[in-house]
Amino acid sequence: MQIEYFLLIDRILDLRLDEKAITVEAKVPTESTIFEGHFPGYPIMPGVLLIESMAQTSGWLLLALMKFERMPFLAAVKEAKMRGFVSPGEVLTVEANVLHEGSGYAIAEARVKVDGKLRSNATLTFSHIPFPNPELRGHMDAVAQRVGFPQQALQR
Amino acid sequence: MSSTFDQVATIIAETCDIPRDTITPDSHAIDDLGIDSLDFLDIAFAIDKAFGIKLPLEKWTQEVNDGKASTEQYFVLKNLCARIDELVAAKGA
Repeated sequence: MQIEYFLLIDRILDLRLDEKAITVEAKVPTESTIFEGHFPGYPIMPGVLLIESMAQTSGWLLLALMKFERMPFLAAVKEAKMRGFVSPGEVLTVEANVLHEGSGYAIAEARVKVDGKLRSNATLTFSHIPFPNPELRGHMDAVAQRVGFPQQALQR
Repeated sequence: MSSTFDQVATIIAETCDIPRDTITPDSHAIDDLGIDSLDFLDIAFAIDKAFGIKLPLEKWTQEVNDGKASTEQYFVLKNLCARIDELVAAKGA
């Protein structure tokens, strides 16, 4: 997890397009300036970053479902629950599945687990548009390679 | 159409916390009810689920932006309900 660059996902573990589901892994860094402030003497991963990790996980799933032709953007967060603290060094398993694919938008639900135990979950709404420029598309291609996006999934 | 309107009005009332009795077939979702594009996504989601359709929001928005259609055609509720009925009929055809 490159937390300062908002690259929260380390690798895609499983992408199941037929089920519209994905599982990814993300290791919380042991040290970060974020933990110096959140909180001194009691470092925990901010809840907004747990939501962001669920959004990025859902985003990879939507990118795959849309064959990298459109870019999803987080539009709304519902029923977000922080059920337990996440500490530096912990390994997150983040799961997401798409509930509904609408016209120009999609709804996903996602969960953050540590050692199989639920730490956070949320329902997320995304709007999506065609990639606005080649630079963003190129960046997403590069990050896809870094997180081990299974390119064969796009051949289906 | 009336049944469709009742369902849509209930969805709008519950989704956007708008008093049900203020919603009429002639209400404009944007101009009269003050529903913004993000709230309309919630409404679209509920309508898609309730009627088993996919409201073509992108197509409608594009037509409005291109001046090929007015917002009244899609966002006055009686017209929205007529579009929904068409989509439901097309699904069953």
